[in-house]
Amino acid sequence: MANGNGSNSEKKRRILGLLAEDQPGIIERLAGLFLRRGFNIDTIIAGKTAQEGISHVVVSMNTDSKTLEQVEKQVYKIIEVVKVNDLTENSIIREHCLIKVTSTEQNRKDILNFTQLNGAQVLDANHKSIIVEIVSEPEKIDKFVEALKPFGIKELSRTGINALAK
Amino acid sequence: MKGTESIIRSLIANKTKHVFGFPGGQVIPLYDELLNFEKDLRHVLVRHEQAAAHAADAYARVSGGAGVCLATSGPGATNLVTGIMTAYMDSVPLIALAGNVPTTLLGNDAFQETDMVGITMPITKHNFQIRDPNQINATINKAFTIALNGRPGPVFIDIPKDTQVKEVTKQAPTEKIAGFDPVLQGHPEQIKKAAEMILAAQSPVIIAGGGIIMSNASAELASLSEAFNLPVTTTFMAKSCFNESHPLALGVLGMHGRKVANYAVGEADLLIAIGCRFSDRITGDTKTFAEKAKIIHIDIDSAEIGKNVRADLPIVGDAKNILTELINVMKIKAKKANSPWAEKIKKFRRECDCSFDVKSKPIDPRKIIFELNKALKDTDIVTTGTGQHQMYAAHFLKRSIPRTFISSGGAGTMGYGFPAAIGAKVAKPKSEVVDIDGDGSFAMVIQELATCKEENIKTIPIIFNNSYLGMVRQWQELFFNKRYSGVTLNRTPNFAKVADAYGLKGITVDRESEISKALKEAFKNDETTLLDILVKEESNILPMFSAGAKHTDMFGGCIQNKGELF
Repeated sequence: MANGNGSNSEKKRRILGLLAEDQPGIIERLAGLFLRRGFNIDTIIAGKTAQEGISHVVVSMNTDSKTLEQVEKQVYKIIEVVKVNDLTENSIIREHCLIKVTSTEQNRKDILNFTQLNGAQVLDANHKSIIVEIVSEPEKIDKFVEALKPFGIKELSRTGINALAK
Repeated sequence: MKGTESIIRSLIANKTKHVFGFPGGQVIPLYDELLNFEKDLRHVLVRHEQAAAHAADAYARVSGGAGVCLATSGPGATNLVTGIMTAYMDSVPLIALAGNVPTTLLGNDAFQETDMVGITMPITKHNFQIRDPNQINATINKAFTIALNGRPGPVFIDIPKDTQVKEVTKQAPTEKIAGFDPVLQGHPEQIKKAAEMILAAQSPVIIAGGGIIMSNASAELASLSEAFNLPVTTTFMAKSCFNESHPLALGVLGMHGRKVANYAVGEADLLIAIGCRFSDRITGDTKTFAEKAKIIHIDIDSAEIGKNVRADLPIVGDAKNILTELINVMKIKAKKANSPWAEKIKKFRRECDCSFDVKSKPIDPRKIIFELNKALKDTDIVTTGTGQHQMYAAHFLKRSIPRTFISSGGAGTMGYGFPAAIGAKVAKPKSEVVDIDGDGSFAMVIQELATCKEENIKTIPIIFNNSYLGMVRQWQELFFNKRYSGVTLNRTPNFAKVADAYGLKGITVDRESEISKALKEAFKNDETTLLDILVKEESNILPMFSAGAKHTDMFGGCIQNKGELF
């Protein structure tokens, strides 16, 4: 791979949005392509769009612009892939995260306050644990999770990055 | 109409005249249906499914259309895999069909069930499983469209048994494939820039790739080269696309290519690369490849541009269209006079020609190639296995018409040559088809002698019998201190006797004076005639550069200096 110059060649989080026909095996085709060409992806999500039969797949990876260009071109060669968009810039980026936090009589209030302060929602609470939901930018979720750690995180599940061009 | 009839009608509608295959449990209904279409669709029974895939692949390469092969599920289908991969690496429009267990049993590990869609995913351009007989026609139409258009490639179709036997009740229409829209026309501004770069260049070289053959752009390539005195080197895949006796022809470049080709690329100030992908066997170390050159890279697959080497000017599109446009644009300007560069190249080219008469005992393998250069007509077809014999052919054989040199380039598949010769002969029955093969390669597919005999297909397998797996032995000699490991074949078997056992003629040749006589006899015979030529055991195919080395650091070969002309 030739090296470009300047900030564009630096490794950073880059995001691709793919519109693909909703056929069996499309995720396998994508995953197989990433694996055999050595593209390291961080997250991949897929879901329905407004158009029937078309899925939106969002892929995030920590890479340089040249590699991203190869990924774009290789992905576009998959027959089911109809369109490929670079969503790294000028897009809304969100992730969804569920966290089960250990709670006791003593700290429950602290958790609830902290959750509210960060715009997160409490979805379930019992005498042992609280399930918190946060939808935000991935970095903010990182910080939120970090801040919850002292309370004791029992389980955690993140969706991976979702994005839409502005 | 049953599914099986829909399958065969769809194949015929897509111009299929021949199918290479081997039956089994999950395709018995389809084989039954074949009997109803014997006039329109000839089935060639091979003796191993891998040979079916290779034969269909070569049929496609020779004819310019698609090739079709057929196997049963499970082991039958997995035996196709090497052939599908070979076609994928060389961008060949192969349609591979296989049966599968009924849809009701899929996923249950039923007898001879295997996930061929999963297995072939990384080695096909696309693949399908047809679970509804109404979708057979549309799916097969799409498969041909995908295989033949844009950058060609193999498509695998999995057809469970119940899809074959059920009735087609309401045939689905063939819709446009939303995500498949190859760019065919080059960008006019880019083409103008290319014209300017070519006219300004002092030492330009064209690298013609396999894309020239696929887009049938040989005539346009020759026009461009001749009008502007542009020397042409070809990749291994492009051998035969440009007359190798032409004064501007440099021959094949790369690891085992010709010095003149590699040096010219090393000295060039402009490379015009058309339909090639700059594989490691061409570039060697990419950092030092064509250091002095700006690169115009023309390819139908945009993903190939910038993948392995830099491209100063990319043009995405079909080679024939782009070359036609380029010639149109350039004709407006004055024709370039013969350049000192072209003169230099022509002179050095002659010195690299190596067509001296080799005399030695035991036989020098090059001698066979020189004899073939005399015996072959331009329209005859040569296929090869993989190994030293293949590189001898690449280096020394002269070809002048596209689609007359058929070999596994990207994959380097041993055992490709003989079944490929069968496919080539079926595609072009009037041409003689010679399989340049090795004793190792040929032994991998030796059972196909039965196919030649039973299907009455004439080929001429010529075995360069050096008693070794020669290419590996050469590397062990050069790079592993002559520690020969697992490469000794010891002249086993007696190939002429094997041919005899299959009811065919086999001739053993151990004196160079007998080569031309044996060739004459083989050409004259109506049936497949095998020549087992006992050549020098430890001969090396040279010159070469080592894997990953600078592409101009070649060693060996008939001109020992690095080319005083440069």
